[in-house]
Amino acid sequence: MTSLPSSSDVELAATGTSRAGRRRHPLLRYVGIRLGISVLLLIGVTIVTFVLSNLVPADPVQAALGERAAGDPKIVAAFRAQQGLDKPVVVQYFIYLAHLLQGNLGTSTQTHNPVARDLAVAFPATAELALFVLVFSIVIGLGLGLIAALRHNRLSDQVIRVFSLVGISIPTFWLALAFFYLFFYVLGWAPGTGRLDPATTPPPTVTGMYTVDALLAGQWDTFADALAHLVLPGAVLTLYTVGLLIRFSRSGVLDVLSQDYVKAARAKGLPARAVVFRYILRGALLPILTIVGLAFGSLLSGTVLTEQVFGWGGLGQYAYKSATTLDLPAVMGVGVVVGIVYIAINFAIDVVYGFIDPRVRVQ
Amino acid sequence: MSTDAAAGPGGRRTLRAPAWKRRRRPLLPQQWRRPMAIVGIVVIVFWLVIAVLAPLVAPYDPLAQEFARLAPPSAAHWFGTDVLGRDVLSRTLYGSRISLPLSLILVLASMVIGSVVGAIAGYFGRVVDEVIMRIADLVFAFPTIILAMIVAASLGPSLLNAVIALLVVSWPSYARVMRSLVLSARGQEYVVAGRLLGAGTVRSLGRDILPNVAAPVLVLATLDFGNAILLLSGLSFLGLGAVPPTPEWGAMVSDGVQQFSSWWLAAFPGLAIFTVVVAFNFVGDALRDALDPRTAEAVSEVSV
Amino acid sequence: MSRVGRGQADGLTESPGADAADWRGLRIGGLTLSVRGKDGPSEILRGVDLRVPAGEVTGLAGESGSGKTMTGLAVCGLQPAGALVRGTVELRGERMLVPNVLSLRSRELNRVRGREVAMVFQDPTASLHPMISIGGQLTDHVRHHLGMSKQDAREHAVSLLERVHVPRPREALSRYPHQFSGGQLQRIAIASAIACAPSVLIADEPTTALDVTVQAGVLRLLRELCDDLGLAVLLVTHDLAVMSSVADTIAVMHDGAIVEHGDRRQVIRHPRNDYTRSLIESLPKTPPPGAGPYDEELTDAR
Repeated sequence: MTSLPSSSDVELAATGTSRAGRRRHPLLRYVGIRLGISVLLLIGVTIVTFVLSNLVPADPVQAALGERAAGDPKIVAAFRAQQGLDKPVVVQYFIYLAHLLQGNLGTSTQTHNPVARDLAVAFPATAELALFVLVFSIVIGLGLGLIAALRHNRLSDQVIRVFSLVGISIPTFWLALAFFYLFFYVLGWAPGTGRLDPATTPPPTVTGMYTVDALLAGQWDTFADALAHLVLPGAVLTLYTVGLLIRFSRSGVLDVLSQDYVKAARAKGLPARAVVFRYILRGALLPILTIVGLAFGSLLSGTVLTEQVFGWGGLGQYAYKSATTLDLPAVMGVGVVVGIVYIAINFAIDVVYGFIDPRVRVQ
Repeated sequence: MSTDAAAGPGGRRTLRAPAWKRRRRPLLPQQWRRPMAIVGIVVIVFWLVIAVLAPLVAPYDPLAQEFARLAPPSAAHWFGTDVLGRDVLSRTLYGSRISLPLSLILVLASMVIGSVVGAIAGYFGRVVDEVIMRIADLVFAFPTIILAMIVAASLGPSLLNAVIALLVVSWPSYARVMRSLVLSARGQEYVVAGRLLGAGTVRSLGRDILPNVAAPVLVLATLDFGNAILLLSGLSFLGLGAVPPTPEWGAMVSDGVQQFSSWWLAAFPGLAIFTVVVAFNFVGDALRDALDPRTAEAVSEVSV
Repeated sequence: MSRVGRGQADGLTESPGADAADWRGLRIGGLTLSVRGKDGPSEILRGVDLRVPAGEVTGLAGESGSGKTMTGLAVCGLQPAGALVRGTVELRGERMLVPNVLSLRSRELNRVRGREVAMVFQDPTASLHPMISIGGQLTDHVRHHLGMSKQDAREHAVSLLERVHVPRPREALSRYPHQFSGGQLQRIAIASAIACAPSVLIADEPTTALDVTVQAGVLRLLRELCDDLGLAVLLVTHDLAVMSSVADTIAVMHDGAIVEHGDRRQVIRHPRNDYTRSLIESLPKTPPPGAGPYDEELTDAR
């Protein structure tokens, strides 16, 4: 029952590489395996979105055409042919996949825009919000989690813990509303809904993230406006994400603290600073990476509800609109994009794992 | 427990129980005396009582539209009235009769389904394991609420459909935990011995493995309870769960979005959600601490 | 500070060796340690008196939970947080005289441990950081304590690895723990312990986690270092077979106190204490060289 300070994933990866031939560099091999898994997952995601949208009991034809038109068999047939709904399911899937590879996500039945174009607007909006939140949450959440673990069972630990539990217990949609009411309606400090004031013209699109684009274009006023709009939804999501990160990083660091190598480092007479930063943090790095991936996932969920309150016009709001109107191409598009992003993030984290962990990197 | 301290030499317990024995020791009352856990339990009991006694406690019929519309909190209507002239206090109290049982059903169902699936994966291993866990990975590849939203939307808005949609997204976490627990329990000598003595699969899983993996899964369920309430009310907030006029907390908060100058519409039902969720999280956290041998023994200064 | 006289309890702690002023090594006097458990405070050490002279291996035996590991940890100031420790731990080295390690502040303590008193842990795969190179772990405290340059510290590390007979020491510096066997790792851990030329070495079950085949080698190394460097070695183990092969004197611990301390032959062949006798009688007639670890032992070491 000797305990290596690693998640089972790492151990698996480590044994995987040690079994492998010695010809190729272990890191390359590891990245290759991870890439393969990611691609398989991606295919899985396309299947899931496809199957889900095909299993829909509600009739998308009626939803798209409205009741009058849906009564007319000719219109229905034409619509079905246009959407490829008259072909066998497997064929439909491969057509869908082929289109997907060309970047064609179909046409939204509601906005009548290509879904890809809709998403090109919505995605950067959510990405901007999520990145903003992630940066702050990681700094605050990991820091507080580390402090709580190092001061285990003392007052500061208890306070941080309660803070974290409260953070993950507040319904984001309610907090969003409360913040909006307080800071916009009562105090008038915050700007209204949306990503920019109606009077402000969006900066020329480069990344689609208004703050970044405004900076690139050197439009300081626009930048300030975009940033001001980010603050409230950002704060709501940050509170939740920080709560989550504290929770996970605290237990991750506690795991490391009980490792023998920490005791050994102290026995070597290294100053506390060195023990924490060199030994404890390095040991906690892998679990922390995993945590960041998790936080990102929950962040995407959180944005759906928050965007709704702040009229953010991002992926979450788009997903909501298309799901409630049974706009199948749009729903599938959102599913695929979100799936890709999620898988890509996890792949990136896996690769960083490989670079950090000598058990993967070195044979 | 033991006749510790004062009793001279030899009065002290000499051997500490081995780790596996300690783990199965019943919860010590001290763990429950932590203030956070007490607050949690009190709040949960409060809401349970409200849920049971709502018809007696609530001042008005939650569906009766017979008062002035959008009246701010007053002596007659402590929480004010909503757009249709219904009493917000009564609706909030009645809301507990929806959120609590439905979350309980959701948590229990996903715990049972996830645990069974995870146990099967862990116990049989190989192809079964691979297939099940890859499906779980796929579900994990979608943000919870987006997947639930898609499922709920396609099933049509109703509370039952919202529960089904959340079931689809919430079983994998139980499956994962259960699988890893069963995997490690499967290799234990007593399980192997049981099988050698001729215990069948069901007997082996049920008698030798289940009692040893139940505790962590139950903790997960307690911690998940709050999450279930958040997700359910979130779906209702989006209009994908409760349909009007059901007094559901999430749906009531979404009324507040339309009328956000009438803060009381959203404030009280939201507060209700928050108190229940935070109570369950407090209790779950304390439970996890009590059951986790690492935090209980290794770090919290009792290591010999 | 109440000076607890040596050999106080019942004359059992008197150790071979003189009591002169030039005496070197480690002396533990009246060491008590209690922790706050779930059921109130519990005493883990109840007055340990022990002398570990330089140039000798002093064995500390006892069953799990007898407090032997905690004694070793307390000497290094590594008792669990919140534990109450009393007594004296006197350190008399070539460079440094520490009247009581227990009364040091953490900054001073960090100047003593790793430098004057070093520790080797049970499981080297756990006590070496998996993500820091061997070179890094062999040099960080050397640079900190002795103020060596990076280059000098690395050269020093190479000679240390040669000293503990790790093959191809120069290459080993850039490698990571997972690339070594358990026996090699324990040698590396020992190298790290002696890196700053300490006067006292505490080895806590140093062979328990190792394969039977390499245990003897590690013990021989400990003996060799003790003789060559004049180290005062405190060898903590539950394994009397290990003990009888390397230790000069054996102290037997029971229930948080030392019940017997004497020459190894005397303790093994003619135990004076009842507990020691039962401990020896519980050994199989032909003791296997090092019985495997039990999880009690593992928790014991935490």
